[in-house]
Amino acid sequence: MPLSTQPPASGERYVLTASLDNARHLSSLLRAVHFQDHATCFATANGIKVTVEDAKCLQANAFIQAEIFQEFAVQEESVMFRINLAVLLDCLTIFGSSSLPGTSTALRMCYRGYGYPLMLFLEEGGVVTVCKINTQEPEELLDFDFCSTNVVNKIILQSEGLREAFAELDMTSEVLQITMSPNKPYFRLSTFGNAGSAHLDYPRDSDLMEAFHCNQTQTNRYKISLLKPSTKALALSCKVSIRTDTRGFLSLQYMIRNEDGQICFVEYYCCPDEDVTEADL
Amino acid sequence: MRCVITGGNVKVLGKAVHSLSRIGDELYLEPTENGLSLRAVNSSRSAFASFLFVPLFFQLYERGSPPRAGQHFRCKVLMKSFLSIFRSLPSLEKTVGKCLILLKPQASRLVVQLHCKYGVTKTHNLAFQECERLQAVFSTRQCANSLCAPARVLAEAVVHFPATLSEVTLSAGPGGKISLRNYVEDEKEPGRTMVTELWLAEDEFQEVAVAPGTCITFCLKEFRGLLTFAEASNLPLTIHYDAPGRPAVFTLDDPLLEVHLVLATLSDPESISQSPTANGASELPTPADDFADDLESYMIAMETSAYEGGSGAPPSPTFPLRTPGPAHSEPEEEEEEEAVPGTPPHKKFRSLFFGSVLTPGGPCLAPTQEVLAEDSDGEY
Repeated sequence: MPLSTQPPASGERYVLTASLDNARHLSSLLRAVHFQDHATCFATANGIKVTVEDAKCLQANAFIQAEIFQEFAVQEESVMFRINLAVLLDCLTIFGSSSLPGTSTALRMCYRGYGYPLMLFLEEGGVVTVCKINTQEPEELLDFDFCSTNVVNKIILQSEGLREAFAELDMTSEVLQITMSPNKPYFRLSTFGNAGSAHLDYPRDSDLMEAFHCNQTQTNRYKISLLKPSTKALALSCKVSIRTDTRGFLSLQYMIRNEDGQICFVEYYCCPDEDVTEADL
Repeated sequence: MRCVITGGNVKVLGKAVHSLSRIGDELYLEPTENGLSLRAVNSSRSAFASFLFVPLFFQLYERGSPPRAGQHFRCKVLMKSFLSIFRSLPSLEKTVGKCLILLKPQASRLVVQLHCKYGVTKTHNLAFQECERLQAVFSTRQCANSLCAPARVLAEAVVHFPATLSEVTLSAGPGGKISLRNYVEDEKEPGRTMVTELWLAEDEFQEVAVAPGTCITFCLKEFRGLLTFAEASNLPLTIHYDAPGRPAVFTLDDPLLEVHLVLATLSDPESISQSPTANGASELPTPADDFADDLESYMIAMETSAYEGGSGAPPSPTFPLRTPGPAHSEPEEEEEEEAVPGTPPHKKFRSLFFGSVLTPGGPCLAPTQEVLAEDSDGEY
């Protein structure tokens, strides 16, 4: 492997080293959570979790498990740093983001620890690029306290069924209203825009429905501007799990299968917009 | 009104909406006993299109009973809203099995429901404005010249013109040959303008009944919109035209569908000063030379915002909004109802681009607004 000709100088100790023979596996997942420029990376022996937040109401996590990498080593119990995601993505796609068949960018990623830059060694066709991206002070992350025991309703859909719906969402509507119910309309997405309202109903026996576990009727509204970024993850995913808890918090989990058939997850948490009053129903 | 469209006809409806969206910002819906009529007019009122889907087009077509006093319900919706329902034609074809359109005047809602693959239902509740009939007054019988060609032939011809080109001139040459060339305004430096001209032989057309030497200049954008629809539906397109300055009428005929596109044509100052009565429009007063506008056509668009005090569309500068009071007489409504395509204009007509109005009553040179108001008031 050409990268081995440029090993990190011996004696230097890295708290995180990872190598990947196709950097696109990483960049596509990072792009699925790229709606804010800053991301917090949290690495343990199991892999890396990249977290992006917005407006204290939305959190997206991309999980890149250790198995995705050809080599993955974390010397401490956990390693955490904040990084400019836009810059990281630019570096990962420095040889171009087009996916020409037969070409792939190999990546080796090293981090010496607090205060040091993240080092990227990228190689494609014998050309090596070294990138050093300054890391930032990690900020405290939101804890949505979304606990599976508090989940009221859960639906697993084939992503295909939601893709068109999200692409056609009436963006003049401020909110997306999600209704999940053991009875009709089972699963409904509604928008209330300038032109009027639109409802999208999925019956529970639809072929798109992989699982349907709804215990009580819940209607919650979420800011459409907050949910729109999740379309990036939706576009890559094959299945999506939609869950709501007792407080109306929304969890969207996207199952993403990469070109090598490995499975990764991207997760979005979103706060409900407000209580739905009787009059709105 | 309640109708159900199934299968491939949903896509046909979608394409019609796409075509109409090239014309105007509002879509006029009118359920009639002859079918559902969708219409649009552009902001300068130089282009009007109407698609009439006959009851056979639908799996179910119920016009509904007239809600009040024999007056039939018509409405307009924002084109953008309606178009967004049919935005993606490929997915319409792939996923939509059935489309239900419900007009609920009581609930002030136009409901469009799409029944898609996997049992998914999309319900759109659109706000609408009640309005009066939108009708261009034109007659294909008054047009001295007509041409009929497969849409493909015309589409392949106009594809050679740049997308930015606004007007094209169609002229009839000797031997039934038809030419299309881009229209160049005189003021522009002739040396700097590229002119594209192409000739179509008579045998390309299904029917050529034109006088050699006649020519018309019309806007390309709306024509292209109709061509896209016609080509996809594989229908021949007929062009009826008269003298320059008189509207050209483009029609598609199908047992399930009647399509009319009326476009203003550029007038030729020389021919205006001559007598246009030779073109079968003898019952119309000859426009005085004062009205020799660059672009002139005869169309009447009777549109009034009678709902929510005209909160929707901004008032047209040349067309006053008229709120019908309680004394709004029914006979007039009935009369408008009868103003079907093909009826010669009997009340009023106007030049579309510059607001000139000619009343049959006499050579009135008053501005547009006043004349229209007087005219309609006079019929009460």
